[in-house]
Amino acid sequence: MRTRKVNMIISLVTIMGGMALVVACGQRNATTVIEGDAAEQVYIAPGEYDEFYAFLSGGFSGQITVYGLPSGRLLREVPVFSQYPENGYGYSEESKPMFNTSYGFVPWDDSHHIELSQQNGEFDGRWLFVNGNNTPRIARVDLSTFETVEILEIPDVAGLHCAPFITENSEYLVSGTRFSIPIPQKDVPIDTYKENFKGLINYVSLDQDHGTMELAFQIEMPGFNYDLARNGKAVSHGWSFLTTYNSEQAHSLLEVNASQKDKDLMAIINWKKAEEYVAAGKFTERPTSYYHNLMDESTGIAHSQEMKMTRILKPEDCPEMVYFIPVPKSPHGCDVDPSGEYIVGNGKLSADMSVYSFSKIMKAIEEKNFDGEIEGIPVINYDAGLHGILQKPGLGPLHTEFDEGGNAYTTFFISSEVVKWNVDNLEILDREATFYSPGHLVIPGGETRKPEGKYLVAMNKITKDRYLPTGPELAHSAQLFDISGDKMKLLLDFPTKGEPHYAQAIRADKVKPNSKKFYNIEENAHPYATLGESKTKVVREGDEVHVYMTAMRSHLAPDNIEGFKVGDKVFFHVTNLEQDWDVPHGFAIQGATNAELLVMPGQTKTLLWEPKKVGVYAFYCTDFCSALHQEMSGYARVSAKGADVPLKWGLNETLRENQEQAEKFYEQLENKSK
Amino acid sequence: MNGKSHIAQFLMLGAVLCLGILFLQPLWKITLEAAQFPGGLDLYIWINKISGNDKHIIQNINILNHYIGMKPIHPDAIPELRYFPWVVIGMMAFGLICIGVNRPWFYLSWVLVMIGLGALGIYDFYLWLYDYGHNLDPNAPIKIANMNYMPPLFGEKDLLNFYVRSYPNWGGVFLGLAILLGAGAFYLKGKRVYV
Ligand SMILES: [Cu+2]
Repeated sequence: MRTRKVNMIISLVTIMGGMALVVACGQRNATTVIEGDAAEQVYIAPGEYDEFYAFLSGGFSGQITVYGLPSGRLLREVPVFSQYPENGYGYSEESKPMFNTSYGFVPWDDSHHIELSQQNGEFDGRWLFVNGNNTPRIARVDLSTFETVEILEIPDVAGLHCAPFITENSEYLVSGTRFSIPIPQKDVPIDTYKENFKGLINYVSLDQDHGTMELAFQIEMPGFNYDLARNGKAVSHGWSFLTTYNSEQAHSLLEVNASQKDKDLMAIINWKKAEEYVAAGKFTERPTSYYHNLMDESTGIAHSQEMKMTRILKPEDCPEMVYFIPVPKSPHGCDVDPSGEYIVGNGKLSADMSVYSFSKIMKAIEEKNFDGEIEGIPVINYDAGLHGILQKPGLGPLHTEFDEGGNAYTTFFISSEVVKWNVDNLEILDREATFYSPGHLVIPGGETRKPEGKYLVAMNKITKDRYLPTGPELAHSAQLFDISGDKMKLLLDFPTKGEPHYAQAIRADKVKPNSKKFYNIEENAHPYATLGESKTKVVREGDEVHVYMTAMRSHLAPDNIEGFKVGDKVFFHVTNLEQDWDVPHGFAIQGATNAELLVMPGQTKTLLWEPKKVGVYAFYCTDFCSALHQEMSGYARVSAKGADVPLKWGLNETLRENQEQAEKFYEQLENKSK
Repeated sequence: MNGKSHIAQFLMLGAVLCLGILFLQPLWKITLEAAQFPGGLDLYIWINKISGNDKHIIQNINILNHYIGMKPIHPDAIPELRYFPWVVIGMMAFGLICIGVNRPWFYLSWVLVMIGLGALGIYDFYLWLYDYGHNLDPNAPIKIANMNYMPPLFGEKDLLNFYVRSYPNWGGVFLGLAILLGAGAFYLKGKRVYV
């Protein structure tokens, strides 16, 4: 007990001392002088476009935000794991199934790591993946629409932080459990951690044409905490690298008890070998429960499927599949350089950074240069796999990305800086202050085989005095650096939403040309779509009422409806008939307790309304769509339960005549599609 | 026959082919430019149809036009688009007859009929534009006193928030060229007779 306390004091003193040291030698003024042309470098003239899209995860907001670089302008927030009042995601009947999990409807999560799809180790601009930590899930966003189209739950893991890292041809998304738990879940004392707790590393395969995800297999690992991962590329393609902490297997006061050993471990997985074992049937099938939610492209309706079986590979049954190598204390990132040869292991609580050589690791495996094993997994001799050590680069190294010139850039959380260093000769080249406590950083393509080392964005956890104060809560901050020269140069601060945990950035011309302008109404296969105002109707089925409604500048059809009764379940199926870019229509009705809708051109969305009081209620379009937007409204009459008011609906007849052409147009379409 | 008479026949053949191009290229193009429509809305008038720079332009123009009470453009409701193609085919056949007969008076009458039809066509186009621009729904949401929304027949004009350009397109150019070639055929053939 006494030694433990002493240890704790020593480690705290070391950190504080380190901080004091850094502060003493690098006391920086927050108003760092910006060199002359910084403003010009980030200025995007009106009507011009940014060079890169940067996708930032929203951390505790559960979403993704899209920024333009170098301007730092917020272009869009893409809702993923949290209901989103701006467009009705998670509120509309079509999108609610996206939140189904084995724990029920979970409308808020914590999203952390963004992964863009790749081909040949380069971003291809098709899909974006992100993890949900708390209820372990991986989501896919389609970059032609910037909409979340799929969410796959990962079973039997806890805190899916270590996810979803992609392989260089988008074969797999690799993830690891942050917290180990009993597998399968059972009622055991927490202090039986060592006997009962396990960690899973999960491989999700991707359909190469549609991006659809499938849980291919899981590898059962010792009960450590798995934190971050990277897959090999080029020479190291076929291998995954995952950092682990808490190799002490502590279960309480982890800040001390999981920070005892000088070294933790990096897991090294030969996934091609794992594939062979799966093909050879070396897995055990274990009953479990997880949800797969997929949006149907033609209807825009998400469907959930409960999956009940998973395949588990056990390292002791599958030799040469999994190895460990020691890594400095409490590692975070394990980042692979563009050549695929070097793997950077950051110890958050270590003053040094270990840089491994893939070829040396392979040689050590070949020569069986092991220092024992853990639960049947060989531990490679640390020195045998080491390329070298970057000594005392800063405090709290977190994440490293690379440029195309053999340089690495690492964020240092404790000493609040970004450090540039040479991967080959391990020489420190430059350091720049950040404001404050950066977590991850991003260089466009900086984790791929083709980095574009022009800009670097550091994502800071703390903002303090960077912006006008907004009470106790401040927006987190991102900072843009120019890294095209020998020395890094701070260009811009910009506020972010939620916690900008992690990001990837891609050249705009890989995404922009594929961006959809509207949904083709011919392809709208929604079962409640209304293709033309003449098709609008109201149908009662018991106490369910379905309103087939259309929206077009500047009216909703029908705009007067009578015959609803208290206690009905009214489904407003609103089809936006527009076929023009950037003309969504909204729908809101007084007394709706389930938010509102925003319907894109060509789409159908459904709002469930349960009228509770007799009266006449207004509904209206919520998106300012035209000069007559304010007039885009109507009334719904609600009668008492059991009243004999018949269902009636309509729209002013002269206006109807005006729409004759549009109606015929949709009729023709409908006939064509028959 | 000598070489010169061949030239007249070739010119007339050229005129017939130029008319054929009316089935491949629009006669006229009306462009509507406004701040909220980057790149503008292009409306093409063909001998047999009306189209836009994308397939939804007519629908989108109709949505805009309904504010001021303009009738929706409905290509199926314009009978000229059905019979004009036959007139053109007729004139192509007439041109072929001219080549066979190879007489100056045939060429001249072809040219005169063509000019007459062209003028009628332009007058008809004017009437349609006039009708669209002036016959507005009295219940239209936006009414501006003494305002008509007739696009220019030829040239450019401000129409509320739109700047409208109206000019011949390739079809129109080839129509004019057909008349010139016919006139050339008449001129060459006639010169040979009178010289
Ligand atoms: Cu609207």
